[in-house]
Formats: sequence, structure tokens, C-alpha cells
Amino acid sequence: MAFINALPGAVAEGLIWGLMGIGVYLSFIILDIADLTVDGSICTGGCVCAVLLANGFPVWLSVVAAFAAGALAGFVTGLLHTAFGIPSILAGILTQLMLYSVNLTILGGKSLVAIDPRANKLLVHMSDNPRSIITMGIFVAATIIGLWLFFYTEFGLTIKSTGDNPDMSRAQGVNVKLTQVLGLSISNGIVALAGAMLAQYKGSANINDGRGAIVIGLAAIFIGLSVSLKIKPNFVVSMIGVTCGAIVYYIVYNVVILLGLKTDFLKMFSAIIVAIFIAVPYIKKEYFARQRKMPSNGAKTRINGGNNA
Amino acid sequence: MLKITNLHKTFDPGTINAKTALDGIDLHLKDGDFVTVIGGNGAGKSTLLNAIAGVWKPDFGTIEIDGVDVTLMPEYRRAKYLGRVFQDPMKGTAPDMEIAENLFIASKRGTKRRFVWGVRKKDRALYKELLATLDLGLEDRISHKVGLLSGGQRQAVTLLMATLNRPKLLLLDEHTASLDPKTAVKVLELTDQIVHKNKLTTLMITHNMKEAIAHGNRLIMMHEGRIIVDISGDEKKNLTVEQLLNLFIKASDGDISDRMVLS
Repeated sequence: MAFINALPGAVAEGLIWGLMGIGVYLSFIILDIADLTVDGSICTGGCVCAVLLANGFPVWLSVVAAFAAGALAGFVTGLLHTAFGIPSILAGILTQLMLYSVNLTILGGKSLVAIDPRANKLLVHMSDNPRSIITMGIFVAATIIGLWLFFYTEFGLTIKSTGDNPDMSRAQGVNVKLTQVLGLSISNGIVALAGAMLAQYKGSANINDGRGAIVIGLAAIFIGLSVSLKIKPNFVVSMIGVTCGAIVYYIVYNVVILLGLKTDFLKMFSAIIVAIFIAVPYIKKEYFARQRKMPSNGAKTRINGGNNA
Repeated sequence: MLKITNLHKTFDPGTINAKTALDGIDLHLKDGDFVTVIGGNGAGKSTLLNAIAGVWKPDFGTIEIDGVDVTLMPEYRRAKYLGRVFQDPMKGTAPDMEIAENLFIASKRGTKRRFVWGVRKKDRALYKELLATLDLGLEDRISHKVGLLSGGQRQAVTLLMATLNRPKLLLLDEHTASLDPKTAVKVLELTDQIVHKNKLTTLMITHNMKEAIAHGNRLIMMHEGRIIVDISGDEKKNLTVEQLLNLFIKASDGDISDRMVLS
């Protein structure tokens, strides 16, 4: 019964993290950059949203501002990487550290700013899960459709090709520095947007929000892709997969809490989930690659996609 | 078309690993020249091509393409003048994108990428026709991911991409070296076809002396960062592998320790 009660909340929160996972997908999968900015930018999104709401700004403006702040953070990481030659993973860590100071400043030196659901019209809040689920569903769907269209534009295609093969992209006249900076900006914008939604949902923005967020984003991606790639390896299915991955993650998360896992261990739990999802395909390939049975007569030998030809 | 003046490049200067890769290259290509480049390992062939392509900046000297000084122009910007095919078939195409998408990105080389819809129906129809000329059956696989193709097929697609938007200069960096012999012949035939049809100015590196003699109207041989042999016209047409080898021994002061790959 407790599980059923926890389900709507898990779905709502899962959808918010699904949006965040989509942002991480852009950097991690499409641009092929492990961008650690997101741990900071998701918090920045929450902080900007909470402070603007506390100062009486409308919720829509707060959310847009959160997106812009996140995009700016991604822009900084991109600039550190492309203009100053800092390895992308370090560039992300540097920005993330900068953002801690920035976030503290935004919160006015406090570690927490509350959002009052009675004083503000919020888009999502834990007191109204059905509405939160619908709102987040619309947000996620709009983001997926927007990105899907974007990646079919002339410019969007070059962002895809940059992550897929930077050498080829440069040879075809793509300014890969620009595409990387822009890709990271969009990615972190979406992550900050998710941060803004999370702050509304929880009713507060906390300076410690977002620690380990990248791990939850990656968990959503790996859980989602492990299924969606088997169905159809295209963008929209992958995005839906990532969203569902986040929801599954939050359902499991709630289950382990109900089973009595000490909350101190929740971050351990997140990290282990990601480790397992990356390790399993590797272990399969590395230790169980040999076929047990000879292929039967007449059966064609499986051809490995031509990748290694 | 291409004018290289006194080009120098030393890698890791001032260290024990310092390596002079280009040591005063002067090269002038006329419009429509098809030049083959041969030389041993470390002779500076690929370094020369990369300098033209803008992979890094030369220490000294200038590169002009069709009257434009591109010496310091970033790689992506001078790409509008250049078609490039690499030795590694994996390097010239984006494996996780469709054949049509790869061709589309190539078709926009040298133009501003806008926020408008990318591959359209009429583009696909055009690509289908072009792919059919390759005679590899790729015209029916236009929506397939390039990663599913074999090395030779990828190289053929890369060749198409390099020449889709007529380049002022086509750079081929041993583009058949990592293919099996039969496929290599096929890709080389395609290269000849495309170069002649479009009358492209071409610089082709090969380590195969026979190939170097059989293709193009001019042959240059490099050794230790310099051009040591430059033959064109009838002299090039009547060249034999033996003569070429003798030229190499003479020009490099009998230094045959640098292994030329013969075939």
C-alpha cells in the first residue's frame, strides 16, 4: 500500500529527472562529452527559480531565467574547453566549482530558499502529483519534439556530426568549437530547467541540490537505452527511453526506501546502479563472448555490422 | 590553383624529439593538375597534406589556394576550398548518421548552416543518383547508418562527400591504403572517374609506385621534408618503376635505408 501511495510522487519526480536526463543525453551521448557542469547547473536552475519566485516574479519568467542561467553555465564550460584547451571533463569540474559560489550568491548567502506554494502559482508541486505529472509530461514531450526537430535542421545535423566524428565535421567545414559550445549550452539549459522544476516540486532550492545529479542522469540514460535501443535506435525512442529510465529509477528508489535502506546510502545506491548498467554489457562481452553452441548448418555466420572492416 | 612557398614545419621543436617534417616545400599546382605524391615513411607526405588542410599551422612559409592566402585560416573555414579523403575509412564519415545525412553535411560545405530543415526529398533523390554512379548498391541504403558499411563503401561515400560541392583542391591521403586489394582498385577507379569528370585539381598520396605512375599528369617524390623529384608530361607517362627507384636513390644520395614500399 505504501508503495502504491509513493507511486505518483515517484512518477512526477521521475519525469523531472527524465528532463534532466535528456539534457545529459545531449552532452554525454550526442556530443560525446562527459560534462560534469550539470551537478552545478541543476542547482543553479533551482536557485534562480526560487529567488525570482520569492521576489514576486511570475513562474514562467522564473523558469525561462533558470534555463538561461544553465545555458550560460554550459557556455562557460564550452568556452573553457574549446577556446582555452582545457579537457572537457576538467572544464566541467571547474565550472561546477564556480557555480557553487554563484549559487550561494544567488541564494543571498543562505543555504536554502523556500518556495511557498500558496504565495506563488507553481507549475509543479508535490502536494498535487496528478497535475505535476501532466505538466511535466507536457514539458518533456515539448522538449523531445523540439530537440527532434532541431536535430533535423542544417545546424542541428552539424551538432550530431560533431559528436559522431569531429575530424569529418571539420573537414566538411563545421566549426566544431561553435557546435560544442552551443550543444553544451542547450544541454545545461535543459538541466537547469529540470532544476527549476525540481525546486518547485520540493518547495525549496538548497545549495546542496544537484550533488551527484550527473549520476542520476546517467542512470536514466543507461536504464532507458538498455531497452529503447532494442526497440528502435532512433532519437525520439531514445528520448522516451531516457524519460522512462528516470521514472523506473525513481520507482526503484522509492522501493528501496520503503524496504528500509538508510537514506545515508542513497547516493551509494545511485552510483552502484550506474556502475552495474555500464559493467554488465562489458562483462558479457569480455567474459561470455564465446558461443556455447556451434552455429547449425546452413545458418549464416553473424556479420558484425562492418564496423571493423 | 595551389601555391606553396617555402613551407617549414618542425614538430616538438627544441626537444630531443624535434622532427623536421617539412623543410622548405615549394609547390605550384595548375588548375586541373592531378599530382601523385610518393615517398618513404616520414618523408612528410601526410604532413604536407595536413598543412594544406589546416590541421595545424606551419612554422614558416605560405599556402595559397586560388589566390587566397589560407596559411593561418582555421581548418573548418578553409574546408570550403578542399575535398578530403583520409587513409582511415572511419575518419571521413559520421558512423551514427545516415548516408543521406552525411552527404547533406558535405553538400553544405562552405555555406552557413542555418536553422532550416536539413535533408529534403529532392536532396535524397539527388544522392540516390550520385550513389548509383558508385555502382556499390548504396542507392537503396540511403537511410542506413554509415557505420553499417564496409571500409571500401565508406571510402567511396567519403569520396563522394569530398567532391559533392566541387572543391578547388582534392586531397587524397593514401585513401586506398587500408582497403583490401580488390576494393582498393575499385575505389581508385572511382577516384579517376570523379576527378576527370569534374576536372578536379588533385593531390594524391600513395605508397604504391605503380599507382603513382598510372594516375595523374604529374608525380612528385618527397624525402626528409623536401620535394626531390618532380616529373610531369610525357616524361611522367613513360616512367617505369625501375626508373623511379633509380631517381629516388640518386636524389636521396643513395639513402635507401628509408624503406620505400614497392609493389
